[in-house]
Amino acid sequence: MIYREAGQFKASYEEDQQIFPIKQDRIVMAALVVAAFFVAPFVASEYWLQAVLTPVLVFALAALGLNILTGYAGQLSLGTGAFMAVGAYATYNFLLRLDGLPFLAGLVLGGLSAAAVGVVFGLPSLRIKGFYLAMATLAAQFFIVWALTKFPWFSNYSSSGIISAQRIEILGFAFDTPARKYLLTLAIVSLLALAAKNLARTNTGRSWMAVRDMDVAAEVIGIPLMKTKLLAFAVSSFYCGIAGGLYAYTYLGTVEPDGFGLDLSFKILFMIIIGGMGSVLGAFLGAAFILLLPVGLNVLMHTSVGVLVPATLASNLELIVFGVLIVFFLIVEPHGLTRLWQIGKEKLRLWPFPH
Amino acid sequence: MARVIGDVILDLQNISLSFGGVKALTNISFDVREGEIRAIIGPNGAGKSSMLNVINGVYHPQQGRIVFRGQERRRMNPHEAAAQGIARTFQNIALFKGMTVLDNIMTGRNLMMRRNFLWNALYWGPTRREEIAHRRRVEEIIDFLEIQNIRKTPVGRLPYGLQKRVELARALAAEPSLLLLDEPMAGMNVEEKQDMCRFILDVNEQLGTTIVLIEHDMGVVMDISDRVVVLDYGRKIGDGPPDEVRNDPVVIEAYLGGAAH
Ligand SMILES: Nc1ncnc2c1ncn2[C@@H]1O[C@H](COP(=O)(O)OP(=O)(O)OP(=O)(O)O)[C@@H](O)[C@H]1O
Ligand SMILES: [Mg+2]
Repeated sequence: MIYREAGQFKASYEEDQQIFPIKQDRIVMAALVVAAFFVAPFVASEYWLQAVLTPVLVFALAALGLNILTGYAGQLSLGTGAFMAVGAYATYNFLLRLDGLPFLAGLVLGGLSAAAVGVVFGLPSLRIKGFYLAMATLAAQFFIVWALTKFPWFSNYSSSGIISAQRIEILGFAFDTPARKYLLTLAIVSLLALAAKNLARTNTGRSWMAVRDMDVAAEVIGIPLMKTKLLAFAVSSFYCGIAGGLYAYTYLGTVEPDGFGLDLSFKILFMIIIGGMGSVLGAFLGAAFILLLPVGLNVLMHTSVGVLVPATLASNLELIVFGVLIVFFLIVEPHGLTRLWQIGKEKLRLWPFPH
Repeated sequence: MARVIGDVILDLQNISLSFGGVKALTNISFDVREGEIRAIIGPNGAGKSSMLNVINGVYHPQQGRIVFRGQERRRMNPHEAAAQGIARTFQNIALFKGMTVLDNIMTGRNLMMRRNFLWNALYWGPTRREEIAHRRRVEEIIDFLEIQNIRKTPVGRLPYGLQKRVELARALAAEPSLLLLDEPMAGMNVEEKQDMCRFILDVNEQLGTTIVLIEHDMGVVMDISDRVVVLDYGRKIGDGPPDEVRNDPVVIEAYLGGAAH
């Protein structure tokens, strides 16, 4: 089918306000969702489900959380890992200490705990911006990882703060295989992605972007700066918290505080830089790209140039490629893969007559 | 609709504002009547923009009082000013660069949107109805300002003249009773200026909006304003109908004679 907007006249604002106003986009999206829910669990190997698809979804959710704060609301944060840690450890403790608490309730409480912590560490944003705010969130990053290691209560007195996720059971149904865990992750991430898209296209998202683009003008048209920024911190941290919970429960199973360090925060920041700031799609593209890049490079080197590349160079190659890409996107295309994708679509729309 | 000039709705009394050692405004008083177009003129650095910033609370004067709609205040704050029906545009366009024209204008209606973020996350139902109702009003403004063909364009990509128009649209979206315009025609060509003049007059006549306008183009000021305040070095040196002000020797000396624009 040819990708065309022409001839699809919007008869009403309802139609024009849809998430995907162009029919072909809707079809592609629907196909993707069907494939993710009904094809992938049956055709993908356990390795792919457990080590590739599930983490891509979890990281996409975390990137989405960061994108809400940084991409939409314009508040730079280096504390993503910490907010994920709060989500994971809070979920663990709620499930551990409240007998009979359903898994999903524990997960949501974990997300809400992260939201609360996010708001506290977001308070400096009312006074400071940019680099200095990044420093404040960096403080959150170090403080939380330190606290989780320092106070053994958080990990129920296990050695060096390690926690092992409890069994996941929802309404008597156990999510104990890679395929089931993947499906649970997919369902949660899809719902939250839809919610994020809805926030982005309504008054909430417009207020975030207004504060990001020109805070004085936002205030002058009546957008309350404090409330808007703190809401961004809360919602963003909630997403990161849920991502942290899934990271522990459906992806790794066992986590320790150091696993939520600055490395993780940076990894997620790179995802939104490469995927695209201020875009829901970008979070997914960025997460998939960064997690699949090593896999791709690996395959490439084993099949084609394997003999020629020494092992030490091979392991550094990944870092080199990352570095180059980050610089490329920061300088050349701040809107990341999402923008490249849009440009591609625009070209396609005009094809074969580019003028 | 015939224009009706009503009572005083904004009364500024003895406003003084300084930044460190710089006196931007010194003991300035003037009023604005409901339904009129009130111009503020003066040479560069006279304190015109500072005056607008005092009116909607971006700057806080050290002295003086502001009476708006019978309520007396030491100072405004921007949020309260917006809630009270004061909207404005800026001298250096202050649009949300990363957003489309449509979204920029929609933000102008944020104070009228009642649904909280939880409803918005859900979208279906109340939020959808609300979004569509406001979209409809915004489309009327888009038609009024003749910017239909750019509604989905990110504002950062628009030429200067159109950006000024979009900023006016965003201010109008709030359905203000008092509209503050800081040099709405600066940097425009003759044709764009004529369009902007027409829009300002239409807003004033058809919607009954009171307008306070800063403008350097004396022709425009004389044509469209009911009364003019003249500032010079932060002091008021003239106030009255355009004809009167134009012939005032003090004004001619300080402004028209000195730096004819
Ligand atoms: N935020 C600020 N901080 C310091 N000084 C300021 C500030 N805003 C204005 N001023 C000073 O106040 C004085 C009046 O400035 P203002 O911008 O109000 O003048 P204006 O009449 O609008 O001039 P123009 O025609 O150039 O726009 C100037 O001397 C300016 O430098
Ligand atoms: Mg000025």
